[in-house]
Amino acid sequence: MELTTVWFILIAVLWIGYFTLEGFDFGVGMLMPVLARNDTERRVMINTIGPVWDGNEVWLLVAGGATFAAFPEWYATLFSGFYLPLLLILIALIVRGLAFEYRAKRDDDRWRARWDLAIVIGSFVPALLWGVAFANILRGVPIDADLEYVGGFFNLLNPYALLGGLTTLGLFVTHGALFIALKTDGEIRHRARHLAVPCVAVTAALAVVFLAWTQQQTGTAGSAVAFVAAAVGLVSAGLFARAGREGRAFAGTFLAIALAVGGLFLALFPDVMPTTLGDGTGLTTTNAAATAYTLRIMTVVAVLFTPVVLLYQGWTYWVFRKRIAVHHIPTTAPAAAPTGR
Amino acid sequence: MDPTDIARWQFAITTVYHFLFVPITIGLSAIIAGYEITWLRTGNEQWLRLTKFFGKLFLINVAIGIVTGIVQEFQFGMNWSDYSRFVGDVFGAPLAIEGLLAFFLESTFLGLWIFGWDRLSPKLHAACMVLVHVGTLFSSYFILAANSWMQNPVGFAYNPDTGRAEMNDFAAVMFNKVQLVTFPHVVLSAYMTGAAFVVGIALWHLRRATTDVDRVLYRAAVRTGAGVVLVAALGVAISGDFQGKIMTEVQPMKMAAAEGLYETEDPADFSLFQLGTLDGEEETFSIKIPGLLSYLATGAPSGEVEGINDLRERYRAEYGSDPGAAYYSPGDYTPVIPLTYWTFRLMIGLGVAAAVIAMWILWLTRAGRTPQGRGVLTAAVALPFLPLLANSFGWIFTEMGRQPWAVFGLMTTEHSVSPGLSTGEAWTSLIALTAVYAVLAVIEVRLLLTWIAKGADQLPVPDDPDRADDDRPLAFAY
Ligand code: HDD
Ligand code: HEM
Ligand code: HEM
Repeated sequence: MELTTVWFILIAVLWIGYFTLEGFDFGVGMLMPVLARNDTERRVMINTIGPVWDGNEVWLLVAGGATFAAFPEWYATLFSGFYLPLLLILIALIVRGLAFEYRAKRDDDRWRARWDLAIVIGSFVPALLWGVAFANILRGVPIDADLEYVGGFFNLLNPYALLGGLTTLGLFVTHGALFIALKTDGEIRHRARHLAVPCVAVTAALAVVFLAWTQQQTGTAGSAVAFVAAAVGLVSAGLFARAGREGRAFAGTFLAIALAVGGLFLALFPDVMPTTLGDGTGLTTTNAAATAYTLRIMTVVAVLFTPVVLLYQGWTYWVFRKRIAVHHIPTTAPAAAPTGR
Repeated sequence: MDPTDIARWQFAITTVYHFLFVPITIGLSAIIAGYEITWLRTGNEQWLRLTKFFGKLFLINVAIGIVTGIVQEFQFGMNWSDYSRFVGDVFGAPLAIEGLLAFFLESTFLGLWIFGWDRLSPKLHAACMVLVHVGTLFSSYFILAANSWMQNPVGFAYNPDTGRAEMNDFAAVMFNKVQLVTFPHVVLSAYMTGAAFVVGIALWHLRRATTDVDRVLYRAAVRTGAGVVLVAALGVAISGDFQGKIMTEVQPMKMAAAEGLYETEDPADFSLFQLGTLDGEEETFSIKIPGLLSYLATGAPSGEVEGINDLRERYRAEYGSDPGAAYYSPGDYTPVIPLTYWTFRLMIGLGVAAAVIAMWILWLTRAGRTPQGRGVLTAAVALPFLPLLANSFGWIFTEMGRQPWAVFGLMTTEHSVSPGLSTGEAWTSLIALTAVYAVLAVIEVRLLLTWIAKGADQLPVPDDPDRADDDRPLAFAY
C-alpha cells in the first residue's frame, strides 16, 4: 500500500479515537444539567471522566500534529480556511478543560455554577462544530488554484453541514448518557439509562438522513457497509439500554461512532479536501502529502509507539473501572487535593 | 495593523503566556516526584505533606499550561498557513511525535496521579509523577527541535517544484547543534523556575509557622528548593555560554544585535547597560566589561565579533535585498536592536539575581535558623518571578533576534502568514484569545494565592479500616 494511503488511514484512526473517547466526555458535560439534580450528583458525573478527559483530548492534538506532518497542505488549507469555527472550538476547549480542574477549588456556589455553565457550553460547541467541519470537508468547499480556502464563514453553514453537526451532537449526547449509565450507581444511573433510549431514537433519525445524504454524494461500497453497520450499532445500543445491559449499550454507541467516522473517511478517500470551484485545485492524499522520506520516519514512530499508548491508556480505564455513586463523593468541602490514603 | 502584524502579536502573546506555565510544570513535576520518592524512602511524613501541598499548586498551574498549549498546536495552521506549507515536511514530524510520545504520557499519568491515591500502590503512584516529568522532558525536546530547526535549518533540501523544504535527514533535525545546546538551557532554566517557586512559598510559610514540626518542614522545602535553584543556575550559565558560540556561528547578526555592536571589533566588550537610542548614530554612555563579548561569542577574550553594519552587507550579498519589504527597509536584515539588547541583559541579569538570592537564603537558613528581617521576605516573594521573567525575555530575545526571518535564511516572517487571513479574522482571534487569557490570569492568580495561603495540610486520620472498600469515599474527587 502507498504510504500516503497508510497515513490517510492512520489519520482516520486518530479521529476515530478522538470522537469515540472525547465523544462521551462531551456528552457527560452536556448532560450535566439534565441528569444531575444537585451538586453531589454533578460531582459524580464530573468524576467519571476526571482522570481521563485530558488523555482523550490528546487524540485531537495528535490528529492535528499528524496531519501537519503527513499532509502539510491539508493542515494549512483546513486550519486557515475554517478559521472562525476553529477559534470557537479552541476557546470552548480552553474553558471546559479549566472548568473540570477549577470548579472544586473554591467552596462557593456561584463560582461552581459558572464553571458548570462553562462545562456545558464548552462541550456543546465542539460537539456541534466538529460535525459541521467534517461535513463541509466531505461536501467540498471553495478552494482556489493556490490551495487557499476562499469561501468565508457563512459558506460553512449550509444545511448538509448543519445536519452533520446535529448528528455528531446527538451521537455524543447518547454516548455520554450511556457512559454515565455504565460508570455510576444509584438514581443517576437509572436516569441516564432511561434518557439514552429517546436519545438513540432522535440520533438514529438524524444519522440515517445525514449518512444517506453523504452516501448519495460521494459514497463508495465500503462507506455504505460502514454506514449500515453504524446504524445497526446505534439501534442495538438503544435496545441494550432498554434491556438494562449498559456495557453492551455503550459498546454499541462506541462502534456506531467509530464506524460512522470510518465511513466518512472511506467516502472521502482519495480526496482529503475537495474543491467546489471549477478552476480550483482540490486536495488529495497525493498532492497534499509530505515526502516519502517523512512518511517513512513517521510510520516507524507510529508503529512503535501507538501500541504503547493504547496499552497504558487502556490500563487507566481499568484502574478507574469502579462505578461512582453519591456516597463516594467526599463530604468535606470540595476536596481540592488528595487527602491521604 | 495588517494581518501579519496582528498574527505576530497573537503568536508572541500566546507563546509567552504558554511559557509562563510550562517552566513551572517542568520544574515542579521533578521536585514533587523527588519529595514523593523521599517520603517512600524515609517514611518521614513531612515529605508527603510537601508532596501534597505543592501537588495542589502544581495542578492549578498545569491546567492552564495544557489549555494554552492547544492553541499553540493549531495556530500554525490558522495564522501561518504559508509557513506550514513550506515547512510541514520537516517541522510537522517533531510536532506529531511530541503529541504521541509526550502529551499522551503526561496527560494519562497525571490523571492517574491525581485520582490514583487509593487505587495504586505507593511506589506506582510515585512512578506516575516521574512519568509526568519524563513526559515534560520529551515534550520540551521535540518542540525545541522544531524551534531549533527554525533557528538553524538542517537535514533538508529545498524542492523548487513544490516550493517546499523537504526533510532528507531526520537525525540531523533531531540532533541539530542548536538543539543540543538549547534543550539543556531551557530545561535547566525550567528547574530554576520551579525551584524558585518552591523557595518563595516555603520561606513565606517558614516565617509564619507556629509549630516546630512545620518549621522543620518548610525549612526542608526552602533548602532543597534553593539548592536546586543554585545548581540549575550554574548549568544555565554554562549551557548559555555554549549557546552564545553556536549562535554566533549560525546567526552572527543575533550576537551583534545582543550587544548593539555596529562596527566589527576585536576584542569586543560587553556593556552592562547603555544609555541612548542604540541606533548606532551617536556615542552612548555605557559601562563595559572588556573582552567579554568576544569571550561569549568565540570563547577567547580577544576574538573578532562582526558588527551589524558589516553583517548587513554580507546578508544582502547572500540573501538579496528583499527580506520582506513591508517590515524591513530593503536590504535591512537588522532586528529591533533595543529589544534584543535589553532582553538579553534582562534574561542574564534576572537569572543571576535569582541565584544570588538563593545563595543568601541558603546561608540564612543554615543549621536550623529561621531568617527574620523584612528584606528576606521581600527577596523570597520576588524570587519566583525572576527566573519566570528571565525565561520570557530569553524567548523574546531568541525569536525577535531571528527576525526578519521565520526560518533563518529561508523564509521571512512576512511571507509566512496565511494569505487568506483577513484583518477582521485576525483581530477577532487576537482579541478573543487575549481577553480569555487575561481573565484566566486573574482567576489563576487568585486561586494560587488562596491555596498558597492555606499551607501544607495536616495528614488526615486514616479511615475506619473495617468499612467495606467499595463504600469508602474517593481519596480524591473534583
Ligand atoms: C520547553 C518546553 C515547551 C515549549 C517550548 C512549548 N511547550 Fe507546550 N507544553 C510543554 C512544554 C513546552 C509542557 C511542559 O510539556 C506542557 C505544559 C503543561 C503540560 O501539561 O505540558 C505543554 C503543553 C502543551 C499542550 C497540551 C498538551 C495536553 O493537552 O496535555 C500542547 C498542545 C502544546 N503544549 C503545544 C505546544 C506548541 C505547539 C508549542 C510551540 C509553539 C509549545 N507547546 C511550546
Ligand atoms: C514557548 C516558547 C516560545 C516563546 C516564548 C516564543 C516567543 C516568540 C516571540 C516573542 C516571537 C516574536 C513575535 C513577533 O515577531 O512579534 C516569536 C516568533 C515566532 N516563533 Fe516563537 N516562541 C517560542 C517557541 C516557539 C516554538 C517552539 C516555535 C516553533 C515550533 C516558534 C515559532 C515561532 C514563529 C513561527 C514565529 C514567527 C511569527 C512571529 O514573528 O510572531 N516559537 N516567538
Ligand atoms: C549566564 C547566563 C545566561 C547566558 C549566557 C544565556 C545565553 C543565552 C543565549 C545565547 C540564548 C540565545 C540562543 C539562540 O537564540 O540561539 C539564550 C536563550 C534563552 N535563555 Fe538564556 N542565558 C543565560 C541565562 C538564562 C536564564 C537565567 C534563563 C531563565 C531562567 C534563560 C532562559 C532562556 C530561554 C528560555 C531562552 C530561549 C530559548 C533558547 O533559545 O534557548 N537564560 N540564552
